[in-house]
Amino acid sequence: MTTPARPLPAPTPETREYWDGLKRHELRLQRCRACSRAYFYPRPFCPYPGCHSQDVEWFTASGRGNLASYVIVHRGHPAFGTPYVLAVVEMTEGGRMMTNLSGIDDPTPEALPVGAEMEIDFEDVNDALTLPSWRLVKG
Amino acid sequence: MFDSRELSHKVAIVGAAETDTVGVLPNHSVLQLHAESAFNALRDAGLTLDDVDGLATAGVSPAALTEYLGIMPRWLDGTAVGGGSFLMHVGHAVAAIAAGYADVVLVTHGESGRSRVGAAGPGRTDSTPGGQFDAPFGTFGPPTMFSVPIAAHMARYGTTEEHLAAVSVATRQWATMNPRAMMRDPITIDDVLASRLIAWPLRLLNCCLVTDGGGALVLVSEARARDFPKPPVWVLGRGEAVQHTNISQMWDFTEWTAASRITGPEAFRMADLDHSAIDHLMLYDAFSHTPIYAMEALGFVKEGDGGPWFAEMRSAPGGVLPVNTNGGGLSYTHTGMYGMFAIQEAVRQLRGEAAAQVDGVQTSLVHAPGGMFSATATLILGNQ
Ligand SMILES: [Zn+2]
Repeated sequence: MTTPARPLPAPTPETREYWDGLKRHELRLQRCRACSRAYFYPRPFCPYPGCHSQDVEWFTASGRGNLASYVIVHRGHPAFGTPYVLAVVEMTEGGRMMTNLSGIDDPTPEALPVGAEMEIDFEDVNDALTLPSWRLVKG
Repeated sequence: MFDSRELSHKVAIVGAAETDTVGVLPNHSVLQLHAESAFNALRDAGLTLDDVDGLATAGVSPAALTEYLGIMPRWLDGTAVGGGSFLMHVGHAVAAIAAGYADVVLVTHGESGRSRVGAAGPGRTDSTPGGQFDAPFGTFGPPTMFSVPIAAHMARYGTTEEHLAAVSVATRQWATMNPRAMMRDPITIDDVLASRLIAWPLRLLNCCLVTDGGGALVLVSEARARDFPKPPVWVLGRGEAVQHTNISQMWDFTEWTAASRITGPEAFRMADLDHSAIDHLMLYDAFSHTPIYAMEALGFVKEGDGGPWFAEMRSAPGGVLPVNTNGGGLSYTHTGMYGMFAIQEAVRQLRGEAAAQVDGVQTSLVHAPGGMFSATATLILGNQ
């Protein structure tokens, strides 16, 4: 038996710009022109309750955010070395994304305070795909 | 406008049973578990499959189960949003029976969660939102996803690993009294904290079992509810909601928003009861933190007080409000979609036939998630 490979995304029409942006090491997000909030993941309308405008635009985001929550995985996907961090980052402009953390070899709860400032990294997986990862901003 | 309060106490559970055994059942297919549950619940009500004209199930399609059972229901419900689906089925059945869409509704659950006999495999998911935006980072089953919000709850409210452990300890105390429970040896906080890490802050003893089994319910209208061998268990209130699918998109990691805004208030309003009227709770415990979030969302404690409440052993035998008296998903059984077993234990308590029977239970509130905090369903059941 071979080890199962890391699951990789298959972009869809409404997410293509995001994935193409990552290849250029740019974080392309969408924001709503009606309520001016950014959101994630990509879709052609604003998903926030009370708005739901279809008037949205792509922009290049700052790649800054805060650690919203996380787990330190000890029994996880066989393609990943344990322990690894499954984290959710709340992006400064709006929207939350799941990610892994870079720059952390031995993750501990003490080293990962919820709310910590984060910045994006780009992990080139292959010629066709770059995934985001995020790192703690060194204070 | 119709008012849900008019449907309170109008439909009753008159048959309820689980599979002959629960746990490790390598000689039962998924459909066989559904069928065994159905036969047992119908026998409990003194009915047969030929009496059933409404069918609700999750995990398999109502069509697949209809063929297997050899029935032709005139009302069906295949709502499948995870473990709490069966609570939703009960709520839907109340409306269907009141509308005359069906007279005898059968709700079934069967799952070969451990042995995987006759279970369908996963399909392609890499182009779904979860496949694109969560899976590439190593999500690996519920322990790595349902757990993601906990760190935020700990940071905001001071919830601790000891609080999480207390939920497992209190639940195990109930399991020691239930001969059908898979895990019956008492455990301590230290035992939980010494068990191996799965996905911090969750350790092995913070995680539910993985088992095989099933359960079924039979519901009929008030007009005939008293004509069955067992006393009726009335559906007094219900609520259901869904807020997301992927855990990264949960609205607020520190609260179960859909439960606090919708399913708790709707169930209490329909039942015309307040919290002080609830004698017994079944709070689906996929993991130690799930009941903590549910206690807070349903308003039994203030936001952030769930952990300390369990740490004071208030849910344990002899405590002020018994919770998960069958031993829960943590120690009794957990097939994957445990909600059916939570309802079954509430029915047993209300009939006075539970293994760890609590004195004088007249009302029981059952709450369950679906998916990773995605769905929420609440039932209030009573025997008066
Ligand atoms: Zn908007």
